[in-house]
This record gives sequence, structure tokens and C-alpha cells, in this order.
Amino acid sequence: MLLIYCPYCEEERSELEFRQAGDAHIARPRNMTEMSDADFEAFFFLRDNVKGLTFERWRHLNGCGRFFNAARDTVSDKFLTTYKAGLPRPDISALRPAASSPVGTAPVETYEATEADAK
Amino acid sequence: MSGANRIPGAGRLTPAKTARFFFDGKSYAALEGDTVASALLANGVHLVGRSFKYHRPRGIVSAGAEEPNALIGVERDAARKQPNVRATVQDVFDGMKVVSQNRWPSLAFDVGAVNNLLAPFFAAGFYYKTFMWPKQAWKHVYEPQIRAAAGLGVSPTEDDTDHYSSRYAHCDVLVIGAGLAGLSAALAAAKTGARVIICDEQPEVGGALHYDKSVTIDGLDGFTWAQATAANLKRMTNVKVLPRTTAFGYYAQNFVGLNERVTEHLAKPDKKLPRERLWQVRAKRVIIATGAIERHMVFANNDRPGIMLASAARTFLNHFGVTVGKKIGVYTANDSAYEAAFDLKRAGVTIAAIVDSREKPGEGVLAEARALGIEVLTGHGVVNTSGNLRVSSMSVARNGGGAARSIAIDALLMSAGWTPSVHMFSQSRGKVAYDTETQRFLPGAYAQDCLSVGACNGTNDLQATIEESLAAGELTARASGYSASEKLELQGHNAFNWTGGMAGAAEGAGPDTTVKAFIDFQNDVCAKDIRLAVREGMHSIEHIKRFTTNGMATDQGKLSNIHGLAIAAETLGREIPKVGLTTFRAPYTPVTFGTLINHSRGELFDPTRKTPMHALEEAQGAVFEDVGQWKRAWYYARAGEDMHQAVNRECKTVRDVAGMFDASTLGKIEVVGPDAAQFLNLIYTNSWDTLKPGRCRYGIMLREDGFVYDDGVVGRLADDRFHVTTTTGGAARVMNHMEDYLQTEFPHLDVWLTSATEQWAVIAIQGPKAREIIAPLVDGIDLSNEAFPHMSVREGKICGVPTRLFRMSFTGELGFEVNVPADFGPAVWEAIRAQAEPLGACAYGTETMHVLRAEKGYIIVGQDTDGTVTPDDASLGWAVGKKKPDFVGIRGLRRPDLVADGRKQLVGLLTKDPKVVLEEGAQIVADPNQTVPMTMIGHVTSAYWSENCGRSIALALVAGGKARIGETLYVPMPDRTIAVEVSDMVFFDKEGGRLHV
Repeated sequence: MLLIYCPYCEEERSELEFRQAGDAHIARPRNMTEMSDADFEAFFFLRDNVKGLTFERWRHLNGCGRFFNAARDTVSDKFLTTYKAGLPRPDISALRPAASSPVGTAPVETYEATEADAK
Repeated sequence: MSGANRIPGAGRLTPAKTARFFFDGKSYAALEGDTVASALLANGVHLVGRSFKYHRPRGIVSAGAEEPNALIGVERDAARKQPNVRATVQDVFDGMKVVSQNRWPSLAFDVGAVNNLLAPFFAAGFYYKTFMWPKQAWKHVYEPQIRAAAGLGVSPTEDDTDHYSSRYAHCDVLVIGAGLAGLSAALAAAKTGARVIICDEQPEVGGALHYDKSVTIDGLDGFTWAQATAANLKRMTNVKVLPRTTAFGYYAQNFVGLNERVTEHLAKPDKKLPRERLWQVRAKRVIIATGAIERHMVFANNDRPGIMLASAARTFLNHFGVTVGKKIGVYTANDSAYEAAFDLKRAGVTIAAIVDSREKPGEGVLAEARALGIEVLTGHGVVNTSGNLRVSSMSVARNGGGAARSIAIDALLMSAGWTPSVHMFSQSRGKVAYDTETQRFLPGAYAQDCLSVGACNGTNDLQATIEESLAAGELTARASGYSASEKLELQGHNAFNWTGGMAGAAEGAGPDTTVKAFIDFQNDVCAKDIRLAVREGMHSIEHIKRFTTNGMATDQGKLSNIHGLAIAAETLGREIPKVGLTTFRAPYTPVTFGTLINHSRGELFDPTRKTPMHALEEAQGAVFEDVGQWKRAWYYARAGEDMHQAVNRECKTVRDVAGMFDASTLGKIEVVGPDAAQFLNLIYTNSWDTLKPGRCRYGIMLREDGFVYDDGVVGRLADDRFHVTTTTGGAARVMNHMEDYLQTEFPHLDVWLTSATEQWAVIAIQGPKAREIIAPLVDGIDLSNEAFPHMSVREGKICGVPTRLFRMSFTGELGFEVNVPADFGPAVWEAIRAQAEPLGACAYGTETMHVLRAEKGYIIVGQDTDGTVTPDDASLGWAVGKKKPDFVGIRGLRRPDLVADGRKQLVGLLTKDPKVVLEEGAQIVADPNQTVPMTMIGHVTSAYWSENCGRSIALALVAGGKARIGETLYVPMPDRTIAVEVSDMVFFDKEGGRLHV
């Protein structure tokens, strides 16, 4: 069970209180009626299903009720950060923690790291 | 004496504290603190079960959680029969009933043992190859037969009468394992003041100190030091010590599942105590101190009862005071087995010989063996054994061939070295790394905030283990913000540092041999099976595992995985790390379903939602149906009525007189704010600007793809206040849908959304006499048709309490929906009932509601629609605002497929025989004489007997349905084909005049 930091409550809470809500940073176009079929398909149906770093929406459903965004690694399930809805994508390179293990040598397992091992 | 093999003065149990238990009906003596395994061995019983596939006689292999063989049934009563219990971890209690498994008619004479003779036909992959033909036989012959033969224990057939508890816990440091390493780490962490939880699967702390009597810590005997340290820890308020508690699963972000066995060892457990307790621990840091597991040697017929791990024999002697034989052989590739021989020899047991596959054992142990007068055969192997129900001899030969010498024994101890228990580390998603020098998988890159210490980290040296563990304890505590006032030091001493170890097949069981040298005892997998798998093209260890079932038994390959891997690597001609290790998964050892399900049984399985009037309806004879979590009154049966008769009466009464209906479960959302109308314009297809306060409108909500998502009546109470209703099942997701758009797409709108579903009790009064019924109760609202027309809402009072009174209808009759604060619901229900019944009206349930709305062609979203239906498909195109610049779904509705011809559309169906009621879900075809498979053009969504129409009615989704009105279509059923005529959707009062009276 994940621990998720709600940027509105400013507190880490159990996954039980949250609901995942799909990909983040997909803005609903203002000119909906003028979109081509292809544009609408891209907007509504097509998703990348990333292996690795993904930006996604969560709702603190059984808490403050707010929707917010998160940067998460889909391989390690680690949250790199969470931030309020409406804010731009954060600079992830600045967020990659060197290590969070008490020994100080343990790298965070990411998709990139795993792939590098495999190669 | 509690068993002939109990050695006076040996072990840590108290001879005066005896218990009796039954094994396959025979009574045996035991001591308090015995496991079933130690008690059976004390009585000279080695044969405890039959193997899974070949039904070979099997004994006790280990003294711990890794046990593959000694699986037993423990029976307390008819409901409490636990199958597949490992005899090595189950405490004996007085009066306990234990049964052996997988044998018939008896353990000593088992008919299934014929499989052993047929073994050549049961090679690995046998199932995959043999039962391919004929195809039909799989379902009717092979699978039922295999299922009957498979499995070891038998599940109880009655409900579990035990109860289980569950608890969340948080700590700074969780220590998994309370051996020397775990205790040292816990002590160091605890001294800083950090919150520490330490758990261990055994009844008491100590781990390997149970058997390793040569260890002293600060001058104290190791086991004694462990108990004293645990006592110390228990006295500290910041520490929780949990014995009999297995860490079975390591999940994300240091979330660890523990299973505490609370009463499993007690003869008469206090009924108030749970059988087991599930701990869900969130730890800031975790220290993994899970030790190592000894591997067996892989040689011909290495599975006879009496053949066991050397450390197990040492545990039975040093902890339980039991010798596993009188003349014992040892077969090893590792020094540790020597110490078992030494301890037994010193206790007066004859050691027949130590057979060591190595030419050069550790010098220390070799010298000690000679000093004790034990024969050591280096560079030799045990190439076979004999003995049917217990081992009676071993055949020993020089490595590389030569004449075999038979040595009589009654037990054989083996050790191929130690496998570090990296299960928890691997479950935490850490990556194991292969250490070529010691041929072990050890913790490599960490994925979580945890540290491995001691044997599970590959640390062999005693003092190094202590220092590593103390440092880890302090380090993890410091990482949580605590610091040590003094540096802890402990001085350990042991007799020998162990060297050696091997993985894979031993002498006489190598390539090109066909002997039965078992690697996985529980699933009867031999070395040759792995080789066969490779020959047949399985090159990945994951494929080899599944083809042979190696490591797939309940012990999850704790003994066998490394052997299987080594043999696969040898056969493939590749190095072990290139072949790869199968993934470790939770649970570490089996966990009962009771523990996992815990309180979520019966009424607590899922929350039940009841309306405020539930008890009154129950008293009126309501039969309830489940709608989501709600209990809704389905129909009100009177004496002598079945459901059909009750529903027919209710339907007729509503249209002839009136009926009252509990509509409290409808979702209700209060939409408030200066931009409320603008928000609803975006959420619904309809236009809300033109709706005047005091009026209502039926609204349709789409998803962005253009399909119907929900519907409901919305009342405007003021310019900036709307009372929105949703379907019962859709309430939560509609609220979520609205919040999503408000928060993320339309955050500029000044609107508040409040769920009010449970704040209002709702009583619908429907029928020609509805006005007459409520009129005497209502204050401050003019109920006349002119002042309060259909689709209006007023605020006022009923029975003296505030109400939002809607004039609306889901029946096609004159109707009102009385909303009152939930607590007043029962009183108002009773008051309305007192008015209604003298006039001949009655209460009606959801079934009647369904029939009445179908008579009027009112759809139910989710029943008549399925997520692929547009408003136009449902003949609701009128509800889509044509001039609106935007609403959710506006673009989706214009997709080519959504405006194409031939879409499935909702229509009515009238059976040619009016008495025949269609089945909901039945498929519809145009030509009943076409060949199978027929072209299906739609399906029935709703079908009822309509007492008011005097015939059956149905709604259906039919391709191009609206253009087919008047056509005859067919509904093929298993026993007949039903002819139907397509009609419009309104079956009763087509003009709708009854709504407006």
C-alpha cells in the first residue's frame, strides 16, 4: 500500500484514501466543436501507458476531495513528487533523489536503472 | 519419559510438563514446547506423510518454516480442521488430533504408491503432453480425475468458527527476525529511543541459537543471551516484541504484513482471543535479519524418512532434547554438518560416518571429528540409500566411481550449505546479485529504505554479524532522528567458522543418470526432471519452473530453488546468474484466508446502507433487494401473495388510486453558486439558463465520448441553487465526475457541490389520488395544477417539518416527491400512510416502479443503456441543447460512428403472444431460419408483465430500431423462438395526459 503526499492537506496519507484518475496534463480543448476527428481521438482515446516516469492525476477522495497531479515511476511505484492541479509539469531531473536508504548507497530503482542493468 | 528418543539432560524443555496428542488415532506423549515434529521424533516416528505425485513415504526434513515434507492435518473440531500444517512449526498441545495426508487406506500401506512404480510414465511435463487427446476428454475425464488425485490435505467443509483480528502499526524500525542479528539490531535501535517492532516466526527468539550451542555472547550461552535480550527489549516502552509472528509480505514503501499466531498453540484458547492477528506495519526503516536456510544434498533416494538436514537434527537435540536416531550417518559438502555430529556424539549417539564430498573439509572440524573418534570419508559420496518406511543404510563410494560400501544407519543428516533468505529483500523489489566466490545470491541494489544484516546478507563471521547488526540498528534509528548516547558493544564467540557448500546434483546423480535424486520434495521433482525440461527446450528458469513444478509447492522452493537453478545452469552450459532466479513473492509462508479476510465476513463484508424508513417498510412486509450497497424495498407481499401477485396489485393500485414509494436512495447533489447554471450547462446536454426558479427539468449527462452517463431531474430552487438528482447507483461517480470537471477543467466557475443523498428522506406519492393524500399534511404550498404544475419544486412544510416538494413522476401519473430532512422520514412516511391507506392506496417497491416506468418508456441508465448509447439512440435527442457552444460530450456526439445509420436504438417490443414475457438480455434476430451463428441485431433490455396493459411489454436495443417499428423480429430461446413486433417505447397513456391533472 502506497503512501501519498496530498499537496492540499500537506500530509502523507495511506493509498486507501486516494483514487487514481488517469493521465495528467491533458487539457480539455476550448474549441471542442472545431476539432478534427484525429485531434479528438488523440485527446480522448490515445494514452502512452508509460513504463517508467509518468504524470498522473489522483484524487484525495476520502480526505479533502481535491484532484492533484503526481509524478510516479510505474516500475518502482515510487512517487517523485505530487503537486496541485493546474501547476505545470515539474522539472523531474531536479527531483530524482540520490538515495533514500539509510546506508546512503542504495540507488532508487527506476525503469532507466533497470534497463541499464539489463543492457 | 515423553518418548524413547528423549535424551535426559539434553534440550530446553521441562520434563515434568507433559502433554498427550494423537497421530492418526494413536496416542503419544510429548512435552510442553514440543513441535509436532519433535514430539513424533521423540517417539521414534519418522514416517509422517506421502509425497504428492509418487506417494513415496516421507519424513521430517527440517526443524523450521522451510519444511517441504512433513505436512499434517490438525483437527480441533469439525469446523476447525487445518490442512497442510508444517509439523515443524506447529506446537503440540494437550489432546491435539493430528492426521497424516495423501495416503489411503493408511500411511504405512498406501495404494497410491503404485505411482512410484509407474514413475517412468510420470516424467516432468507429463500432464502437458498426455491429456491432449481426445479434446472432449479433458473436461469430462482428465480434469476431474486429476483434480481428485491432486492436493495434499482436505479442507474443512464447515464455516470457520474462529475469529481473527487486524491491526495497523507504525514504527521507526521494524526488525524481521529475532536471531542474533535481529536482536542486536533491535537492541541498538531501541537504545536510541526509536520506536521498534521486532518479530520472529518461532515461539521464542533466538533463531539459529536454537541449535548452535557453541555460541556465547558476552560470556553467556547464546540462547540464554537471546532470551535475556528479548526480556530487556520487552521492558522498554518504545519496543514491541512479537514472537510467533511471521513477516509474510513486503509491500511498497516499507509496508510489511505480519501474521501473529495467537492461539494456535493452545489446547483451550480463550474464546475472546483471535486465532491469528494481522499486523499491517508501516515502518520508516526495516532491518531484514531473516538468516539462512540449509540446503539438502541431491543424491539417489535422498527422500527416505530419517534423512534430514543436519541443522534440523541439531535443533531436535539441543532444543527439544530428542535424538533423531541411534546410529546416524552424515553426508555433507559443508562444515556445519560436522557440528551436528559432534553434538550428537557428545550426547552418546553413534555416528556411523561423516561422508564429505569435498577432499578438503575445514581443518578445525576435521581435527575435532578425529578427536571424537568419528570416521570421516572425504572425497566420498552417498550414492544410494535403502529402507522402505525409514532409511536403513547408505551406500558410500569414492567420488568418480569405485565399489560402494553399505553402512547401516537409522538416520542420515545432510548439508549442502546455506542459502541466504533474501525473500523479504527481494519482495521489497531489491535486486539480488550473485556472488560467484560463495555461490550465493545476496542483496544487491536496494529499492526501499531497508537493510539486510547477518546470514541473509551473506555475513558468515559471528562477530562481523554482531557488529553489522548493531551498526544497522543505530544507523536506521539515526535516520529516523534518534541518536545513541553510548556505543553498544557485544562480544561473540563460536567454535568453528564454516566453509564449503555446493549447489546441484551430488555424486551419482549427475548428468546421464536416471536415479531419483529429489530437489523439490513436496512436488516430487528430481534432478533428472530439470535436465529433461532443458532438453525439451525450456531455457528460461521461469519456464523450467513451470514445466517441472520445481519450487511451486507450498514451501515455494526454499530448499530446492538453488539446486534446480544449478542443475539447469549446468545442463544449459551457462553460468548461474545468466540463467536467472525466479521471483520471490508473498507470502513467505502460507497465510490462512481467515487472517487475510479478517473482519470482512458476513455483515461486515461490505457496508449496508438502509434508508430512514427501512424498519417501517420491513414491518409492512417489504422484501428487500440489493442495489449497490443499498437495501431497497422490492415489493410488499401481503398474506398469500407471491411476488408476481404483489407486483400486479401494486401496479394496478398506483394507476387506479395511488401508491407511496421510498425514493431516498436517489443520489442528490446540491449545486450552489453564482455560476451554478453555467456549470450545469457544461455538465448536462440540456440548457439550464431558461429554467426558472421553482421549475424542474429532466437532464442527461454524457461522458466526453458522447455516451449517456447518467440522468435525473434537476430542480432550480433559486437563481444560484439547484437540487440535482442522480440514479441510485450513479450517485458517487456522478459526484466525482462533477468535481473532476469543476476542479480541473472549469476551475474559474464559482460553484460549490455538496452531496446531500443521505440528508434527505424522499417519499414519492404517485397516482390519481396523490394530491388528495398529501394535501391535508402540506403547509404553505398551493398544490393546484395551475399553481404547481408538473415538473415544479416548492419549499414549504409537511407535517410541520421543512420540505422540498417536487411535482414530478417516474410512473406517468400525477406525482409528488416529498423531500424531508432524513430524521423526519419515518414520521412523515407514517403520516402519509395514514392518509393513503383509507383511500385504498398502498406502498410499492422497486419492482413495481420498474414496471410502471417501462409502461411509460422511461429508461433506466445502466439497464436500458450500456455505455454505448447516445441520447438519440434512446429517443432523448430532444434533451440535447442544439445551440449550446459547449458541454461535456458535445464533440463525442459528432464522431462519425455516433451519427452513422444503423445504430442500435431503443424501441419497444410487443410479443405476438401477449402472455409471453421475454427474458432480459435475450438476443434478437431478423430471420429465425438463418444458419447458426445467427446475425444478432440487438437485445432485450427490459421485459415485464404489465397488469395495466394486460400483456407483456419490453424495451430493446435494436440496430436501426426506429425504422423497424411495425416489423416482426424474433427472439430465439433454447426451447422456442418468440416472435415480436417492434413498437414505440410508450405502452400506456401515450398522450401523457395523466401527468398533468
